[in-house]
Amino acid sequence: MKRFTGFVIKEFNHILRDFRTLLILFAMPAIQILVFGFVVTNELKDIRIAVLDQSGDRYTRDITNKIMSSGYFIFDGYLESTRQIEQKFREGNVKQVIIFEPGFGHKLIREKSADIQLLADASDANTANLVVSYTSAIIQDYMMDLRKKTGGNLQILPEIRMMYNENMAGAYMFVPGVMALILMIVSALMTSISITREKEMGTMETLLVSPLNPLQIVLGKVTPYVALSFINAVTIVALGYFVFGLPVHGSLGLLLLECLLFISVALSLGIFISTMVDTQQMAMFLSMMILMLPTILLSGFIFPVENMPDILQWLSCLVPAKYFIIIVKSIMLKGTGIAFVWKETLVLVFMMLFFIGSSIRRFKIRLE
Amino acid sequence: MNRKKTVIRVRDMVKKFGDFTANDRLSFEVYEGEIFGFLGANGAGKTTALRILCGLSLPTSGEISVAGYNVYSDREKIKKRIGYMSQKFSLYEDLKVYENIRLYAGIYGLSRKYIRERTDHLLETLGLEGVRNKLIAELPLGWRQKLAFSVAVFHQPSIVFLDEPTGGVDPITRRQFWDLIYRASQDGITVFVTTHYMDEAEYCDRVCIMEAGRIEAIGTPGELKGKYAAKNMDEVFIKIAR
Amino acid sequence: MDPLSVNIRNISKTYRDAEALQDVSFRIKRGELFGLIGPDGAGKTSLFRILATLLLPDKGTATVEDYDVVRDYKEIRKITGYMAGRFSLYQDLTVEENLKFYATVFGTTMEENYDLIKDIYSHIEPYKKRRAGKLSGGMKQKLALSCAMIHKPRILIMDEPTTGVDAVSRKEFWEMLIRLKGHDITILVSTPYMDEAELCDQVALVQSGRILSVDTPQNIIGAYRRRLMDLSASDLYRLKEDMEAYEHTHSVYLFGQKLHLTLKKDVAEEALTEYLEERGHRDLNMKSISPNIEDCFMELMVKA
Repeated sequence: MKRFTGFVIKEFNHILRDFRTLLILFAMPAIQILVFGFVVTNELKDIRIAVLDQSGDRYTRDITNKIMSSGYFIFDGYLESTRQIEQKFREGNVKQVIIFEPGFGHKLIREKSADIQLLADASDANTANLVVSYTSAIIQDYMMDLRKKTGGNLQILPEIRMMYNENMAGAYMFVPGVMALILMIVSALMTSISITREKEMGTMETLLVSPLNPLQIVLGKVTPYVALSFINAVTIVALGYFVFGLPVHGSLGLLLLECLLFISVALSLGIFISTMVDTQQMAMFLSMMILMLPTILLSGFIFPVENMPDILQWLSCLVPAKYFIIIVKSIMLKGTGIAFVWKETLVLVFMMLFFIGSSIRRFKIRLE
Repeated sequence: MNRKKTVIRVRDMVKKFGDFTANDRLSFEVYEGEIFGFLGANGAGKTTALRILCGLSLPTSGEISVAGYNVYSDREKIKKRIGYMSQKFSLYEDLKVYENIRLYAGIYGLSRKYIRERTDHLLETLGLEGVRNKLIAELPLGWRQKLAFSVAVFHQPSIVFLDEPTGGVDPITRRQFWDLIYRASQDGITVFVTTHYMDEAEYCDRVCIMEAGRIEAIGTPGELKGKYAAKNMDEVFIKIAR
Repeated sequence: MDPLSVNIRNISKTYRDAEALQDVSFRIKRGELFGLIGPDGAGKTSLFRILATLLLPDKGTATVEDYDVVRDYKEIRKITGYMAGRFSLYQDLTVEENLKFYATVFGTTMEENYDLIKDIYSHIEPYKKRRAGKLSGGMKQKLALSCAMIHKPRILIMDEPTTGVDAVSRKEFWEMLIRLKGHDITILVSTPYMDEAELCDQVALVQSGRILSVDTPQNIIGAYRRRLMDLSASDLYRLKEDMEAYEHTHSVYLFGQKLHLTLKKDVAEEALTEYLEERGHRDLNMKSISPNIEDCFMELMVKA
């Protein structure tokens, strides 16, 4: 145990002394999140909205006024019929059309429930997402006021439809994706580089000719990165929550456990890579090829998996990030528990066991 | 030896990396056709100086001319007039013997016909005709070093810089290598060589010993042995360093 | 007779098509300072790696302290101090951290075996807070030796510890090794510098994967059968060329400002002098000398 602690201390020393490593470890997550934040939080201002009011009652006028006076939107005008919607969007000025169903006020009072349809131009996905959520919030707000006044349990149900980009590579999709990417890079890339560095510097030779066994060497190298990656995961969740108001609907504990699992998968992959190559350069190259690109392209991070050709869909099943993103989305956004993500969790567990097993089998106790 | 034309003139050369002074006001001259040994421990500043003289890096200050050209303004002209060979990198291992020769000769703009004739001649003198079509990687280290040297002087440079050319080479090949150096010097090529073998220091016309970025001693081996009352260069070196 | 520490029997090793070691056999006694001398590519590193359990031999067997290098590798790793060619130091850790790390790896502490390394470590202790990467070659070498010794190994294997180190540090290093002999540690050193051979108890001369000779330096020199002459004149290179052309010359090699010459048969000094004076050599000087290891090495190379 003392040997192990000594090893971990040494490993921490390496990390803390290498400016570039520190940069990748701590600056990169922050920068990624900020870049992402910059893209998303371009403040909503003067977004043109058109209204198709098929009811024309007092409630619909109240809601329209409330939305238009919020300061975020500009009233573009009333539409006469559904046929005009398409044309309006095509002109490109209007980003959202609000449609009140016929007899809106009537239904609201009688049936305690009425529908509003929010149609957004999702060719600019982030804006569309924001516009819709702002509008929904305002409608929600109005509904609350109305409940207080009438005492009834009224419901206004906004039905959201995204035009032109129905699968919406939206803002919320990015946080789990960025998280997967960062954890993958920090864990897998950094461990594979740090192990191959010892090979390159010739220090691995000396470690091998010591009573340390392969497991001790590998665990010693990996432990600091587990800790650091975990800090990163917590940072990202916290940034998501405090900066972007991204909620964690499900259990935070479960989310963190799943993060730890994903980190372990990534680390075991990193070790696996380092057993295959001898130089830092090769480790970097391989990590890029088999980790980063698939994580970005095939995990559903940016491009929805369902839209891919069959071959790519099958390939995506081999990408750990795909499962992690599903898990994170379910827990954070849908608030589901382990009952809904046990399959994905199990896949990750198997992947981890596979990579650890193969690494130990491949780890050379000699130089050849 | 009678003073000949100066081919390398160095006056107060200083090279700093941040606050570390790698070369501290070096001044020396190298004369045409001589074998000039540049000695010193690893980290004494030999390689830094060598790189400046080859036009690979700029000095921080000082007046330096190589083959009559200024190292600040005429680095490209200098490169045409010199040859260079180091222990670490000399030839492309995955190219054949004649391909390496053709490549380097081509870089210096020699004509094809000339290259062909000289290549035959060179391989013959080195006794390497039989391996003309072999990859460099297949040759023993000693052969490679001899070939690398011949390639470095293929374009008849006025100065050839050799950075530890004989490190780790067996004693017989090491001596054959010095025969090549000697022949080049007879042909009027100035040889600027660094080495760790002190017996090789004795083969030089003059040597310069560096220590911690400074020149500690310079002169013919005979002069230095006399000055430090030493039997051989090994002792000179140890007396200087202690 | 001292007990055996290392026993190498018919070891061969091939990389792809290059034969690194061919049928190498020799023994080393416990507590001996053993030198493996030869140029780069002779197979020194391969042999040491086999002994340090880092490589598997293709053929043959070897034991270290009675442990088999293939089967008992774990045991050997406990009792071996190994210093790789490029001193295995962590450049970004300080001198002290490096030493402490290697101590913990071997399950010991700096204090426990301080006596053993004191002589070496005291040279670099003033710089213990300095990073290993900022040390001079000589200091790195001392630190690497301290690290390799910290667990009080029974056998110390050092691959080219003096390559790329200045002459003064080389000398100091050998002085340290000779002092270490009192501690009952078997020491194996490889080096391309022939002059270091004379400091060893026993040496093996290697060339192209083959052992040219294994013996004490005195015996190797004693086995040199030819009469060796030391020859000098004012123009050394021309002297060398003329001697190479001389019909009775067996070998002629440059040694500093002199030539070492052997003849095929005994020729009277007068005849030789006459031959050279005819060719206008001045300040002729010749005397019989006893060979050094380099002479022996070259003679054995030519024979092989």
